[in-house]
Amino acid sequence: MRVLFNLAWRSLRNRPVTSILTVLAVALSITLLLGVEQARRGMRESFTGTIKGTDLVVGARGGTLQLLLGAVFGIGSPTGSVPYGVYEQWAKHPAIRWTVPLAIGDSHRGYRVIGTTPGLFEHWRYRSAGTLTFAEGKVIATARDVVLGSDVAEKLRYALGSEITVGHGLNAVAGLGDHESHPFVVVGILKQTFTPLDRALFVTLDGIEAMHGDEGAGPGGAPTMPGAEAPPVMPGASPPTAMPGASAPSVMPGASGPAYTPPSNIFQDQPKALSAFLVGTKTRFETLRLQREINQFKAEPLTAVIPGVTLAELWRTLGTVEGGLRLVGALTIIVGLIGMLVSLYSSLEARRREMAVLRAVGARPGMIVSLLVLESGLLTLLGCVLGVGMTMGGFAIAQGVIESRTGVHIAVQAPGTLEWLYIGVVLSAGVLVGLVPAWRAYRSSLADGLSPRL
Amino acid sequence: MTASGRPGSAIAIESLQFSYGTGPRVIDIPHLEIAPGSRVFLHGPSGCGKTTLLGILAGVLHATHGSVHVLGHDLVRLSGSQRDAFRAEHIGYVFQQFNLIPYLSAYDNIALPCRLDARRRARLGSVSLDAAIRDVASQLDISALLDQQSTALSVGQQQRVAAARALLAAPDLVICDEPTSSLDTDRRDAFLALLASSVARANATLLFVSHDAALGSRFDVQLSLPTLNRAARADAA
Repeated sequence: MRVLFNLAWRSLRNRPVTSILTVLAVALSITLLLGVEQARRGMRESFTGTIKGTDLVVGARGGTLQLLLGAVFGIGSPTGSVPYGVYEQWAKHPAIRWTVPLAIGDSHRGYRVIGTTPGLFEHWRYRSAGTLTFAEGKVIATARDVVLGSDVAEKLRYALGSEITVGHGLNAVAGLGDHESHPFVVVGILKQTFTPLDRALFVTLDGIEAMHGDEGAGPGGAPTMPGAEAPPVMPGASPPTAMPGASAPSVMPGASGPAYTPPSNIFQDQPKALSAFLVGTKTRFETLRLQREINQFKAEPLTAVIPGVTLAELWRTLGTVEGGLRLVGALTIIVGLIGMLVSLYSSLEARRREMAVLRAVGARPGMIVSLLVLESGLLTLLGCVLGVGMTMGGFAIAQGVIESRTGVHIAVQAPGTLEWLYIGVVLSAGVLVGLVPAWRAYRSSLADGLSPRL
Repeated sequence: MTASGRPGSAIAIESLQFSYGTGPRVIDIPHLEIAPGSRVFLHGPSGCGKTTLLGILAGVLHATHGSVHVLGHDLVRLSGSQRDAFRAEHIGYVFQQFNLIPYLSAYDNIALPCRLDARRRARLGSVSLDAAIRDVASQLDISALLDQQSTALSVGQQQRVAAARALLAAPDLVICDEPTSSLDTDRRDAFLALLASSVARANATLLFVSHDAALGSRFDVQLSLPTLNRAARADAA
């Protein structure tokens, strides 16, 4: 067997171009297939792991997905605003164990500033029930305090005691329209969580209010409408990243990136308003009842979502896309294997002489079959190994980009059961494909004997 | 020494008939006997069934009529895999040309029969495969070529490598199918001399086939295939 393996290996090396191309074709299709699977799993784990202990997310009436993505995952903007009075009223509900308010709408150098209460650090759970822990410093307490997510501190090189100003709007241009009269002081920096919290700044609700209250007739103080950020960003005044007019299109949500400017300058119009609040209930049963109760609340149109249920809806929606990608992956595998079949099969004509020599020195017809099957098996195996490497390497490289673009942290993982199953199927298919030229070589080596008719 | 067993003959053929599938008969040999250790020249122009006969003797083609005893084994009665094992163990074969596996070095080409077949390897006894290869290579004057890729060798060098492979591990029968037809006269003579001495040293029977009758004088026995093979005569008529 070792002799045959050696022969197969050298035979492949003797045809480097076709061998490498075949391995690449298999590797690329494996990469596609595994990549879809890894991305799917990574995304799900990342999303599900981000919000663990929270039973309900409540916001203004709107799409459940928009509410969840905007309030928790920092994708898009929350559905609208919830009057603070309404929040206080619900917070006293007997079924509720805890609530954490979230006021979202400001940013600092592209990172979200979230107005909240110290309760956030106490109640937020991520992944396997991990609690938020501080790398340094302490929880926000006063209107001047700000706590930074780990990415914010690291990328902007802030330390405890750094003074920062907050800009208005979710993708405000740095330095323009900042609430300069109310600077914040960094009092704490969170440890890395691999959740969107890493890319957020946390201040108290009082801080948010003070920041907006101090404003007077500042640039953002005038009655605003969608696109109010546009005037300061004039050609010439804009930094290189902002193309002229690029920050104007609030009228086209999403056109300027995942975090589009929401048309809500809620804090001017309603100083005491929230974007959403998180709820922990006493029992699971209470969660369902409370959700119904909040959704049917007459005095204020609200939407309450159970994170897991809404994420499941998201997966269902994405399921079709994933199915399509998987189909494409499967088809590329088939194309790759057919390519290998063609190259092995067409090489046979030139190799009839070689087969006759092998027969003459004592190779049984079964050895000829084994040789060709080994060759296709080796090509497929190399393709699979390279494909797995490319998938994991690709994610290791793309990880940072994906995270900074979408806030989704995709862990680089060893292939799971399903992926191994795919690899197994592809390997078997590769061996089976090898049987076709092997069968022909077997037949012709029997018919040719020692003198192939060339 | 019975007529059927013939342990005393290297090759003993009785009433052999062969045709490819349902095609015309290409071999019809009533009787042929070759003594062990003899060096036999089998003369035959192309188209008289030379290659077919050699295929049968090597056990690659399977005759179903008559008997073909090679080294005491009736190849007609052996199964395909038995014939393969028999060939691997007992026979060395040299083709007219393109004898070598192109992606192996000369060394690995020579080693191939012993690597593919344990019993051929066992014929070396206590001698290591490497030593045996270097020995046969020095006999055929190709010691300097062993590490070369076989495609880098000249035709004459390739034929000597092929002969070394056929002679490695002392086969009982060496079959050469026009091994010199692609060589010029000087190299042909050198090759034949080397082959003759190596075969003698290995104590093997040599069956050398060629269309070039002029070579016949160098061998112990000269046979004419058109004379032996009635099918060829019928074909020619």
